[in-house]
Amino acid sequence: MDKPIRAGRRQLLQGAAGLAAGLAAPAVHAQGAVTLRYVGTAVNQHAGIKEKVRQDLGITLEYIPVTSDDVVRRAVTQPNSLDILDAEYWMLKKIIPSGNLMGMDANRIKLVGEISTVFTKGEVAGKKIGDQGTAPIKVSYMPARDAKTFATGQTQWLTLIPTTYNADTLGIRPDRVGRPIESWAELLNPEFKGKASILNIPSIGIMDAAMAVEAMGRHKYADKGNMTRAEIDLTMRVLTEAKRAGQFRAFWKDFNESVNLMASGETVIQSMWSPAVTAVRSRGIPCTYQPLKEGYRAWAAGFGLPKTLSGRKLDASYEFINWFLSGWAGAFLNRQGYYSAVLSTAQKSMEAYEWDFWMMGKPAAQDIKAPDGTVMEKAGSVRDGGSFDARMGAVACWNAVMDENDYMVRKWNEFIAA
Amino acid sequence: MSSSPPDRRPMGRPVAPLLQAAPLALVLLLFFVFPLLATAVVSLWNYTEYSLVPDVTSRNYVEMFEGCSNLGEGLCTTFRTYLSTLRLCAMVWAFTTLFGFAISYFLAFHIRSDTMRMALFLVCTAPFLTSNVIRMISWLPLLGREGVVNQFLVASGLVDQPQDWLLFSDFSVVLAFVHLYTLFVTVPVFNSMMRIDRRLLEAAQDAGASGWQTLWHVVIPLTKPGLVIGSIFVIVLVMGDFVTIGVMGGQQIASIGKIIQVQMSYLQFPAAAAQAVVLLGLVLLVIAVMTKLIDIRREL
Repeated sequence: MDKPIRAGRRQLLQGAAGLAAGLAAPAVHAQGAVTLRYVGTAVNQHAGIKEKVRQDLGITLEYIPVTSDDVVRRAVTQPNSLDILDAEYWMLKKIIPSGNLMGMDANRIKLVGEISTVFTKGEVAGKKIGDQGTAPIKVSYMPARDAKTFATGQTQWLTLIPTTYNADTLGIRPDRVGRPIESWAELLNPEFKGKASILNIPSIGIMDAAMAVEAMGRHKYADKGNMTRAEIDLTMRVLTEAKRAGQFRAFWKDFNESVNLMASGETVIQSMWSPAVTAVRSRGIPCTYQPLKEGYRAWAAGFGLPKTLSGRKLDASYEFINWFLSGWAGAFLNRQGYYSAVLSTAQKSMEAYEWDFWMMGKPAAQDIKAPDGTVMEKAGSVRDGGSFDARMGAVACWNAVMDENDYMVRKWNEFIAA
Repeated sequence: MSSSPPDRRPMGRPVAPLLQAAPLALVLLLFFVFPLLATAVVSLWNYTEYSLVPDVTSRNYVEMFEGCSNLGEGLCTTFRTYLSTLRLCAMVWAFTTLFGFAISYFLAFHIRSDTMRMALFLVCTAPFLTSNVIRMISWLPLLGREGVVNQFLVASGLVDQPQDWLLFSDFSVVLAFVHLYTLFVTVPVFNSMMRIDRRLLEAAQDAGASGWQTLWHVVIPLTKPGLVIGSIFVIVLVMGDFVTIGVMGGQQIASIGKIIQVQMSYLQFPAAAAQAVVLLGLVLLVIAVMTKLIDIRREL
C-alpha cells in the first residue's frame, strides 16, 4: 500500500534531528559503522526514526523508498540489493515461495512474546478476528529457517516482524451525505451516483467491492481474499453494472488522488486510507473514517531479512528490529494513527492522554499534535471507530493475494475497459 | 579530369565510414535492438506469481485475445481497449494537427519580422519549461465539479448545475493531450513551412489562385513532411500513454499503457511484454502506412 510522504513534516524533523545530532556527540561504536539498506514504501521511512537509530545504535539506515509493487519486485528479483525489507503480509505469498527471505529466529527477538495477538494468535482481546484474505496469522511463521512455505502453527521461525498495521474502511463527507452511513452497501448505492470512488489497485479494490456486494446481500463469500473464478466474475459484474450506470466519479491510484477527490467534493463516499482522512480534515473539510457494521479490511506490514544477510549486517539487522519494538518507534507510529507491534512498550513512550485518544478511543483530554507540532485533532474529539480493541476487533478481512490472481487482474482490466 | 582516380580499395568497402558509424550502431544495438528483442522473447515465456519461466508458450497471446473471436457477446477486453485508445488517438491527432498547422501558418506567413517570429515561437515553447505532469494536473482544479469553470458557468447562469462531463471524461483527456502535444506538431510543421519558397506563393497569387487554393495546392503539399513527422510524434505518444489517460480520465478509461502497467505491477512481465509487442506492431503499421503515403526522406 502506498502511503503519503509528508514532505513538510519530514523536512522539519530532519532539521530538528540534525540540530539534535549536532549537539550530541557523534556515536562511535566499537564494531564500526554499519549501513543497512532499507527497502519499503515510504510509510515507515521517517527521518526521525533514522536519526534516532543512528544515535541509539550507531547504525545508518539507507532508506530506499519504492512503491508497494516494487517492494515485491525487489524482493523476488533482486534480494541482494537490500538488507532490510519492509513488506506487507500479503506480499509474502509471492515472496516466500521465491526462497529469498530467511525465517527470523524468534530467540533473537527479545520482545517476541509481547507481539500483539493479532499476529501470534489472530485474536484481539481474547476474541478471534476475521481471517479472510492473507491474515498475518496464516503467513507469520515458517517451518524452518530456509523454508519456502508457511507453517500452520507458531514456530521458532518468523517471516516478518510486524511494524505497523491498521483497519481500513470507507471515508465519507458527512456534510454532503447528510445522513448516517452504516454499511459497505452504501458504496454502490445509486443515491451517490457519480460521487463514489474505489481504488484502482485490483487486489484491494476487489475486496472493497466484495464487502459492498456481501453487504447488499448479493453473495456470501467463503473468503473475500481468495475468491473462486465464479465469485470474481460475479463481483466484477456488479462493479461493471455500477460503472456503466455512472456510479463512480473516478478511481484513484495514489494517496494524494484520494485526498483531492474527497477535498474537492468530486466524491462524497470512497475507499480511503486513514492518513488520507486526516489530510482532508487538516484542510478544514469535514471527513469521517466511517466504521461500518460489516467490519474493516485490515492490512499489516513488517520487517523481513533477505537470506543472503550474514555476519555484522545480520547482527545489526536484529539489533535494529529489537530497537524498533522497544517503544520509541512504536509510539512514533501510534501517534500517526497506525498500530505498533508491541503495544506495551509503545505505551510507556506515549503521554497518557495520547494513549487514551489513539488506543483507548477516549475523547482527547487536550489537543492531539503531529510530531511537527500542528494540531491534528482538537481537545474533546474522539478517534473514528474508537479504541484499538473496537477497531482491530472488528476486522473482517485482510489485504490479500488470491490463488486466482492472474484471472482477477485480467477481469479487472476488463472492468476498466467496460 | 578525363578519368576517375584509381580506387585504392577495389576489393572491399572503405573502413573509415564503417568505423564512423560504429558508435551509433553500437548504441542503437545495445539500447534499442537488444531490449526490443528481449521484450519479444519474454513475451513467449511463462510466469507464476513470483517467477518467470523461460519457455516457448503462446499463453500470453492466447489470454490477450481470449474471447475475441466471439463477437456475439460484445468486444473482448483487448479489442475494446484498443478501440478506446485508437479513438482518443484519432481525436487528439485531429485537434493537434489542426491547431499545430494554424499556429505554424500564422507564425510563418503572417508575421513579417524574423525577430518577432522567433520571439513568438519561443513563447509557444515556454510552457514546456515546466513539467508536463504539472501542466496536466493543473487542469483538475479548473475543470472539477466545484472548479473555476463550473463556478463561472453556474454564476453566469449558463447552466443550472455543475457539469460533470468537464472532468474525468473523454473531453478532459483530449483537452490535456492537445495542450501537451500541440507543440510536437507545431515545430516540424513550422520548420516545413519556413522552407517553402515564398516566390511559389506569389506565383500562385499571380496565376489567380484564391487564398484557399494556394493553401490547398501549394502550402499543404509542401508541409506534408512536417505534418507526418508531427503526426508520428502524437500517435506514438498517445498510444503508449497511461498517465494522462489515468489522471484526466479518472482511471475509468481503458488504455493499452494502463493494462501493461497493471500487469507489470503484478509481476506478469511476459503478459505485459506480449501486450507491448502487439502495441509496437500496430504503431509500426500506422507509421508504415503514413510514410508510404508520403516519402519523408524525399521531401526532406
